[in-house]
Amino acid sequence: MTSTEKTERPSELFIDLHVKYIQSLDTKKDDLEYWLTEHLRLSGVYWGLTALDLMNNVDALNKEEVVKYVVSCQHDNGGFGGHIGHDPHLLYTHYAVLILQIEDSLDAVNVEKIVEYVASRQDRQTGAFTGDEWGEIDTRFSYSAISCLSLLKRLDAIDVKKATEFIMLCKNFDGGFGSTPGAESHAAQIFCCVGALAIVNSLHLVDADLLGWWLCERQLKNGGLNGRPEKLEDVCYSWWVLSALSILGRVHWINKEKLIDFILTAQDLETGGIADRPGDMVDVFHTLFGLTGLSLLGYPGLKLVDPVYCLPKYVVQRVGLAERYHAKYGGGFT
Amino acid sequence: MSFENYDWSDVVPIEQDDGPDPLAQIAYDPEYSKAMGYFRALAQKNEHSERALTLTEKIIEHNPAHYTIWHYRQQILFSLNKDLYEELDFIRNQVEQNPKNYQLWHHRQVIVEKLKDCSLESSFTEEVLNDDSKNYHAWTYRQWVIRTFNLWDNELSFVEKLLEKDIRNNSAWNQRYFAIFYNPTKPSEEFLEQEVQYGITKIKLAPNNISPWNYVKGVIAKSKLKIDVLEELCKTLYQQGIISPHALGCLVDIYEDRAKCGSINEKELGIQTCILLAEQHDTIRQKYWNYRKHVLASIA
Repeated sequence: MTSTEKTERPSELFIDLHVKYIQSLDTKKDDLEYWLTEHLRLSGVYWGLTALDLMNNVDALNKEEVVKYVVSCQHDNGGFGGHIGHDPHLLYTHYAVLILQIEDSLDAVNVEKIVEYVASRQDRQTGAFTGDEWGEIDTRFSYSAISCLSLLKRLDAIDVKKATEFIMLCKNFDGGFGSTPGAESHAAQIFCCVGALAIVNSLHLVDADLLGWWLCERQLKNGGLNGRPEKLEDVCYSWWVLSALSILGRVHWINKEKLIDFILTAQDLETGGIADRPGDMVDVFHTLFGLTGLSLLGYPGLKLVDPVYCLPKYVVQRVGLAERYHAKYGGGFT
Repeated sequence: MSFENYDWSDVVPIEQDDGPDPLAQIAYDPEYSKAMGYFRALAQKNEHSERALTLTEKIIEHNPAHYTIWHYRQQILFSLNKDLYEELDFIRNQVEQNPKNYQLWHHRQVIVEKLKDCSLESSFTEEVLNDDSKNYHAWTYRQWVIRTFNLWDNELSFVEKLLEKDIRNNSAWNQRYFAIFYNPTKPSEEFLEQEVQYGITKIKLAPNNISPWNYVKGVIAKSKLKIDVLEELCKTLYQQGIISPHALGCLVDIYEDRAKCGSINEKELGIQTCILLAEQHDTIRQKYWNYRKHVLASIA
């Protein structure tokens, strides 16, 4: 984008361009970037597929190929790697389940083995989850495990009470949550903790007014949201902050029009895709979270996204899971 | 020694299996692609050797987020009984280039746990925080070191140094709270009172910055003090013509507390302050202040 274009505010969401952008990602194999992101190819498929589905274009990726690819990332122990031949990890196991639920193809994999793998990641003493056998602990992993098992309807496989206790140890004096007990509040960690608590019916443990205020404090004068005080705004926080606010039933505390403008301005009108902020390079991660943000704000032309699972809402309904949040969409903006 | 100097004649590189996609693949960087071919072959037979170790180094230099490589490297390091202090140097160099890489920080934790020696860690994290005082990984790692090796004593003075440099550093304020309240030695009431005074002094330097406000409120919640202790500060700022939404918001908290105890006057003051915030001083959060006004108005 040239600097004159940067200041020009696109007035609409260019869905066709974004669909083409996501479709093009898999054909860029002579870019170094493609090879260096090999370890997170599976997450890339999830980000792209969910974005396409929200834009009513889930068929833009071949279902059979997607499912075949996901299956090829599963290991004998039940876990999935970020790509074929990469070690199993809880994050990618979660992404695999999300993709399979979108494609309604859970029967393509051994679900019991997935449950076994995810349950084995819990430290039964502390309730925390490790990402893999190497022991890194993070509330991101708590969320991945809980969301994943909930989507498989197998929360019985873990100690939910202990898992909840660990998450609550990560609650901070400002109402937010961090990655480990004592770690600074961060919007992405807050999404993980609030989402996990919503799934296990423990939202009453959140100080919703205090946390809601912290979250809406993330909005800056230009309309964008940051993830921590005094940090730069970034389109991905349109998801992390808004999803948590939606779950807490306080999404209207954000100035909706200003945020929509900010996200729309981060679109690249030449290549398609959405960037972290206006004028930067686009990527599929920010494209998804720009779209999910717009969906939570009731933007027309997009399917509704579920703020707890980060899946199109109809998928969560098809799985048969209850709505575990207080959000009001679109029309509920009063 | 570069990985290319080792003898690889017995290894058949395994090419990238890119799944069912039939498109031809051309890797941009032939060296990376070659190294990955050898890695797949060695990993398959789980070879722990010097050449495998050198190979992991090459791949990490290209792509430090490749988490499978780190696991493989750890296994090799431990089974060959390598000098782990050399590994700490290697990590330091890598962190300089990739300070926000999850794998690197966790790798350091694994190595330090194995060494049972934290003598280099405080200065290491300090160095990283000097470059980026809000690096989440560095802070979380530093907390792990403090907790694991019981290094609570000097943390407050470290935080103090950072806050003097940048009073708006939310990470440093969080660390201050950590150093006091996660410390196994519990703070005295007197200490907490001093801490509130400290926070007030800092607020006066940057009344529009949210971090010390949140911090002071957090300390008050842990002490026997009440939020009224900030009333004078809020009013003085206002009288001096310094309009801080945080100060006004704090007054709303104070008025709401008193309204709940029956003060009709303070209930009205609270409502007026909310209106001021919603319509003049924090318009972007108008809906939030309207909500607070509504809460106040419904106090019987």
